Amino acid sequence: MKQLIFRRLLQLVCVVWGVGTLTFVLMRALPGDMAYRIAASRYGQDNVDSQAAALVRNELQLDLPPWLAYWHWLMDLLQFKLGHSLVSGEPVIDSVQHMLGHSLLLAVAGLCLSALIAVPLGLFSAWRGNPLDSVLMGLSSMVRAMPVFVLGVLLLLVFALHWNWFPVAGFGTAMHLVLPALTLAISFAAISNRVVRDSAKQVFGSSFYTFSQVKGLSKWRTFQRHGIRNIALPVVAFLGIQLVSMIEGIVMIESLFSWPGIGHGLAHAIFARDIPVIQGAALAMGALFVLLNTLVDIVCHWIDPRGGMPV
Amino acid sequence: MTFSMKSSQKCGLIILLGLLAFAVLGSWLSPYTISQQDLNAILEPPNAQHWLGTDHFGRSMFTRMAYAVGLSFALGLVCVMTSALLGTFLGVWAAWSGKQVDGVLGVFVNILLALPGLVIVLLLAAIAPGSFLMLYLAISLVQWVEYFRVVRAVTQAVVQSPARQSSQMMGFGRWYQFKRHIWPAIAPSVFTLAAFGGANAILTMASLGFIYVGIQPPLAELGLMTVELFPYYSEAPWLLVQPLVVIALIVFGFHLLAGKRI
Repeated sequence: MKQLIFRRLLQLVCVVWGVGTLTFVLMRALPGDMAYRIAASRYGQDNVDSQAAALVRNELQLDLPPWLAYWHWLMDLLQFKLGHSLVSGEPVIDSVQHMLGHSLLLAVAGLCLSALIAVPLGLFSAWRGNPLDSVLMGLSSMVRAMPVFVLGVLLLLVFALHWNWFPVAGFGTAMHLVLPALTLAISFAAISNRVVRDSAKQVFGSSFYTFSQVKGLSKWRTFQRHGIRNIALPVVAFLGIQLVSMIEGIVMIESLFSWPGIGHGLAHAIFARDIPVIQGAALAMGALFVLLNTLVDIVCHWIDPRGGMPV
Repeated sequence: MTFSMKSSQKCGLIILLGLLAFAVLGSWLSPYTISQQDLNAILEPPNAQHWLGTDHFGRSMFTRMAYAVGLSFALGLVCVMTSALLGTFLGVWAAWSGKQVDGVLGVFVNILLALPGLVIVLLLAAIAPGSFLMLYLAISLVQWVEYFRVVRAVTQAVVQSPARQSSQMMGFGRWYQFKRHIWPAIAPSVFTLAAFGGANAILTMASLGFIYVGIQPPLAELGLMTVELFPYYSEAPWLLVQPLVVIALIVFGFHLLAGKRI
């Protein structure tokens, strides 16, 4: 356990350093005088003269040599001083918190929905076998070929524009959550139902499973005692590998449905070249990624304590 | 080593070759350019002059689609070549050259794996928006790690094998050992990864285009075209369908070509 936490903490440090360095390079690589740009975003385009720029330069110590500035940048990062947005002037940490809440809501809703779709479908196709199995697998291959945003656009066209069942974009009511969560759920379920099916097929065909039925347990009881855990382990482990695609999916879905989450914020900040927000959003996504990975490891251990802590 | 293909793989290859032919012939034969506007003929359905219709500025969709598909394939190809070569070379090196090289490369890989790939690409794309070169570098940087991990794991087993060791003791050089023992063991995995990598590279570029931080207008790119044509869905649904279908076809083709499922 200790080793696991230590490894994940190390990974988190890597994330912070990587994001910090990248955004620092980004800040330096932008054209124009940084002091003028910051002064312009603070006092408005018309009120910037060389005096204001000098004031800003003095206050933020912008004339330091690059390596010293890099050091300060990293030190600020370690103290979670993320600075203020260059566009809205709000503290980055507030907007990131706000966005993170929305992203988590979307992620949890999508994950639950995809489990509701993938687990029954996977179990069903493993239990029934062909021809249902082939049909479902073919269908999931087709859905997998569609990138998340294509899937989202299709759902949007059908459910929001054609039938007017759900709002097109935005947030606020539960209805707004349906389409983004459904998009995430379907794209994720198309990958994971195959894993559920493979895992279930293996367990159903194994000798310990047959034996427990031979010794007189009912079908349901066998599934409950010997099926669930053994099927769940590969599925959860696979989930850990697919987390990347889920986070990428969230970025795309949020942008498509104007869901005010972290991915949407990141895309907007990149478009507006709002570097503190880029840094904050990227940090939050990295941290979320590491956190979810840790959670998956712990759940794997809880399902199957035999193997010891995964390293 | 012979490549024997399953029928599904052949099917994938045919889809991809068909799209490639469309891209090459389309850009070559078309009398229009991708930014040539004709505001008297906007949002036209497919007809004799414009085989796939025209978009909201009256630009020929046939030409733009051909250009976009060509751009996607070009990016996919260079990304796969770069990341496969780099990942394979470093993977073999890490497995074959002792602990120090392995340790140093391991640190790099862990840093790269600590962030989701799309976020790294987004950050790098922010440095130079709309630059094809930056997209190529960023995607290759993210993708070589996959090859590295797989190749390293397989090579480690082969390096320890008696066959390779006796080969070394008989005095064969490193290149011969690589060709005779290591490459046959890693080739199938590298091929599968390359097929998925091609799909992912194209998908990443389309995703970035879709959220407006990738290739910039007036160039034609599949994701960008999706967003541009989305507002005109009710007037001209046949236009929006084109980039969506083509993206799905490309990804499907690569997945079929890969043969295996990851």
